[in-house]
Amino acid sequence: MIEISGVSKTYGTGKSRFLALDDVSVTIAQNEFFTLLGPSGCGKTTLLRVIAGFVDPTAGSVTMEGQDLLRSPPHHRPVNTVFQSYALFPHLTVRQNISFGLEMLGKPKDEIAQTVGEMMALVQMEQMADRETSQISGGQQQRVALARALAPKPKVLLLDEPLSALDFKLRKEMQIELKRLQTETGITFVFVTHDQEEALTMSDRIAVMNAGSIRQIGSPRDIYDHPAERFVADFIGDTNFLPVEVLSSEGTEAQVRLGSGQRIAARAGDGREGGGVTLAVRPEHARIVPEAEGLAAGRLSNLVYFGTDTHYHVDLDDGTRFVVRAQNNPDMFQHAAQGDRVGIAFPGGVGQVLRD
Amino acid sequence: MSDLARKRDRREARNRWLLLAPALTILIFAASGPLLITLVYSFLTAGDYGGVRWEFSTDAWFNVFLQRDIFDDTLSFADAHLSIFWRSVKLSLLTTIGAIILGFPTAYFIATRPKHQRDFWMLLIIIPFWTNLLIRTFAVMELIRNEGTLNTFLISIGVIDEPLQILFTETAIMIGMLYVYLPLMVLPLYASMERLEFSLIEAGYDLYASRFAVLRRIILPLVKPGLIAGSILVFVPSLGAYVTPRVMGGGKQLMLGNLIELQFGQGRNWPLGAALSITLLATVMVALLFYVRAAGREEVSHG
Repeated sequence: MIEISGVSKTYGTGKSRFLALDDVSVTIAQNEFFTLLGPSGCGKTTLLRVIAGFVDPTAGSVTMEGQDLLRSPPHHRPVNTVFQSYALFPHLTVRQNISFGLEMLGKPKDEIAQTVGEMMALVQMEQMADRETSQISGGQQQRVALARALAPKPKVLLLDEPLSALDFKLRKEMQIELKRLQTETGITFVFVTHDQEEALTMSDRIAVMNAGSIRQIGSPRDIYDHPAERFVADFIGDTNFLPVEVLSSEGTEAQVRLGSGQRIAARAGDGREGGGVTLAVRPEHARIVPEAEGLAAGRLSNLVYFGTDTHYHVDLDDGTRFVVRAQNNPDMFQHAAQGDRVGIAFPGGVGQVLRD
Repeated sequence: MSDLARKRDRREARNRWLLLAPALTILIFAASGPLLITLVYSFLTAGDYGGVRWEFSTDAWFNVFLQRDIFDDTLSFADAHLSIFWRSVKLSLLTTIGAIILGFPTAYFIATRPKHQRDFWMLLIIIPFWTNLLIRTFAVMELIRNEGTLNTFLISIGVIDEPLQILFTETAIMIGMLYVYLPLMVLPLYASMERLEFSLIEAGYDLYASRFAVLRRIILPLVKPGLIAGSILVFVPSLGAYVTPRVMGGGKQLMLGNLIELQFGQGRNWPLGAALSITLLATVMVALLFYVRAAGREEVSHG
């Protein structure tokens, strides 16, 4: 539906030249919840603003249903934005904010009234219709911003970290709410966030960005279980990186040898041959075992208790720090105490071979 | 409330009054006092050689608006005064409108520069303030007089054959006042535009508003406090302007300030001068009241 190809954006010239977007290409499908995920300054917001029309790319093209988007100014694009700061008009009431876009489109009065009513019901703000936007809470402002952007029935809704200003509990509620709205309205959502958990729970697909380019695109499970490179594995969730030697690699399966000399099966990264020097292992896939049974051994340097689970920090003999996350389940081997010598183990096939 | 808290409240109240005392003293002696004297003078009889005789009279007030024919004692409106009144109000309004037209884009331009550049642009606006009013007025005069820069230029490129008579006309007064008071419009406008979040303008564009609609529906309502403040700051001193109309109008195009000066000087009619001063004050107050009311009402209807 939206095809972004070869989009680059540079700011400044000479020494202060800054590459905000570096040859970005991605296709976003109809009715998809698509997330741009990355650390601050990775270019995700710039890409969103390119789609919205507030940033002109230096190179590349953006089309929507075959039409060149870059040729039309922001106010002619069938795209609406939920801004990070909400950008609600402070001189208008909740109702006037929501009807603004429809009025600008020149819709008849009764149609506006009807749509605005629907939108306020959708975000459960009917009680607040005639309040000033300064008189409502952050969560309510967020919902008004959402209703305002949805009211003109855009083909694509762009959301720029809309949940970042909300407190933890409200954020959880709004995540579910947003997902529900997206399913109900059938509108394509392009969602920008730096919160990997938010991205994993809500998205159909995620594009992980870093330093102006897309590092990996895939479903949340794909990205989490099969990170394509060290940056992605590190950014999404917690990961242990073990130096390994690749013995053989066939298709998606590889045999690797750990520093301790032990061999184990692992997933080879996207058909990339040889040179695999790091094995990424998720903390929850590993476990603490008696020293003799482990794939590698070390000293238990720290135990962090989280209620539902415990994190074991193991300083392996080769110097790497390895974290094991175990659910606090009475069946587990949990007799280790700080300072003990322990082993770590994980099943074959869960580790991901990465090139640095 | 405990004794201690009450004592503290009392002390705070006393401190507030102490802090206000210097300003209040100046206001009472330098503003209200002279105003009261002026009001009293307007009800006295003019002295033969200036000053006043302490005899009650309403002649001055009568003469502000009406005049008695010397020969047949018929009453008619004081045409001379009224036309000066009208000219003052008209030129002040035009100056205010001109200041909005020129000041709004200027303030917008400065407010949309990168932060570190804004101070520079503001400095350019403020620099004329450091120059004497008379000198600034003469500078404008030099530009528009018959042998001045503008006319010389226009003649040299062949647009006109005869120099345009701008100096000593109402237009000249307006140009002069516009130049002198423009910063008073730019400053408050800039202050309110600087606070304007740019994301609101983007939100406007995002919601299908054209450039004009963004200006009318978003920017204007949000900078209205600055617009009102600027209009008042330009209109009020324009109405009472003295130096600019004197220099640019050449003594032929009087405004209220000049008329008042005339009564206290050559006219030797202090009560009439006092009555005209109070009339000017009342006009300003009524105008402000209407303006603020109208602006306030619009705000309500817009939400």
